[in-house]
Amino acid sequence: MEEGMSLVVKTVIRLLKGFILLFGVYITAYGHVTPGDGFAGGVIIACAFILIFLAEGKRDSMKTFGETAAREMSCIGGLIFLLTAFAGIGISGIFLKNFLPTKAAARFTLFSAGTIPICNIGVAVIVAASLYLVFSIMSSLHVIVKDDEEREMINRGEEIE
Amino acid sequence: MIYSLCLVLILIGLYGVVTKKNIVKIVISLAIMEYGVNLFLILIGYRNNGVHPGIEESESFTHFLAHSVDPLPQALVLTSIVISLGMLALMVGMCIRLYERYGTFDITEIRRLRG
Amino acid sequence: MEHAILHIILIMMIIGALIAIETKNLLSSIISVGAVGFLLAIMFLFLRAPDLAITQMVVEILCLVILIRATISRDLTAISGGREFFGLITTATLIILITVLGLKIFEDFPAFGSSVLDRVIDAPAKTYIADGLEKTGSANIVTTILLDFRAYDTLGEITVLFCAILGTLAVLRRKARKQATEEDNE
Repeated sequence: MEEGMSLVVKTVIRLLKGFILLFGVYITAYGHVTPGDGFAGGVIIACAFILIFLAEGKRDSMKTFGETAAREMSCIGGLIFLLTAFAGIGISGIFLKNFLPTKAAARFTLFSAGTIPICNIGVAVIVAASLYLVFSIMSSLHVIVKDDEEREMINRGEEIE
Repeated sequence: MIYSLCLVLILIGLYGVVTKKNIVKIVISLAIMEYGVNLFLILIGYRNNGVHPGIEESESFTHFLAHSVDPLPQALVLTSIVISLGMLALMVGMCIRLYERYGTFDITEIRRLRG
Repeated sequence: MEHAILHIILIMMIIGALIAIETKNLLSSIISVGAVGFLLAIMFLFLRAPDLAITQMVVEILCLVILIRATISRDLTAISGGREFFGLITTATLIILITVLGLKIFEDFPAFGSSVLDRVIDAPAKTYIADGLEKTGSANIVTTILLDFRAYDTLGEITVLFCAILGTLAVLRRKARKQATEEDNE
């Protein structure tokens, strides 16, 4: 996976990546109205990023969305969920309480259901970032060989610590 | 009858875990066992002529109450599916490391070449 | 027989699982387990669980990608050799025992299709279905159970997923020794 795939694949994925990402965001955002959840939406968003990673090649993708960015995004996703949970204590004294008001007139629309959409977004971000991180680490497993000594060690089969 | 077929699926996975030598085959058999267990939990919650547990705007509430399938196993199995993905990633990572350390996927060879 | 389509799909899943375990080529067995996963997603649709069908389908795709990553460009010679006799006898005994016990237990099971909501007066899911829309305002009952009534389980689940990914990173990471000794000398 040095340079990515051929020109046909790159062009098709450049045209399609917006639609796949939009589909994942739609399933996450409407999770409280139609079937679908933060988990499914997060996995679809991860699939979109993995598709870009496979098409553009390892080097360019690690420069744009490297390991550090994915790690930070997964921590941000977890923090969104936890801050909503602790805000429940701050506002009404119960951990994870649904504290935003829910009006009867706003059912079946996007902005309803209290803290549920916020938690959905947090779950989707952490799932997407974690799965992209795992895939990018599995694909860039080669040790960066510093000099001849380490190349000798790899040839002899020893571990580099 | 359908519960027995589900048990057969779980047992096929168990047979694969116990007897196979290739470690990737063991991981695949574990995945088959997970599919069987998730399916069994959903089969318990099914209701005849049921509707899916999501309220639609133009539906009467008593019809929904009398006909919806059980939503509680569905919530728990959703959690289980995503956790099994994380578990599979960890197992495959270990397989990759084992291959780079010992040069083979065969667990009898790995047991022999210690350290 | 009613629910014929469910039985047919389940028999296809069993055939796919047998092919996945017994075939010698590793790539074929990975593709077969992918087929079993897709048939499971179709089965979830017939069992009125569309949330699960979406999640199972995309998770299955990622499982296939990760499994193929592990085995492609590795030495794919088939592993064969004699089987141990004692292991085979133990396995066969275990499986026959579990099958007999399971079939005995399934005779006392309630019939397929009569869920616990019909048989028990105060089933745990009855309050969730009856009060879900009024108390939270969200129409999808599975999402309210996951993120409002039982949000602790979701918190535990994202913790487990996070730890599994951290474990994978720890297993797969390597640091060059030169870099480590330079840091020690500074």
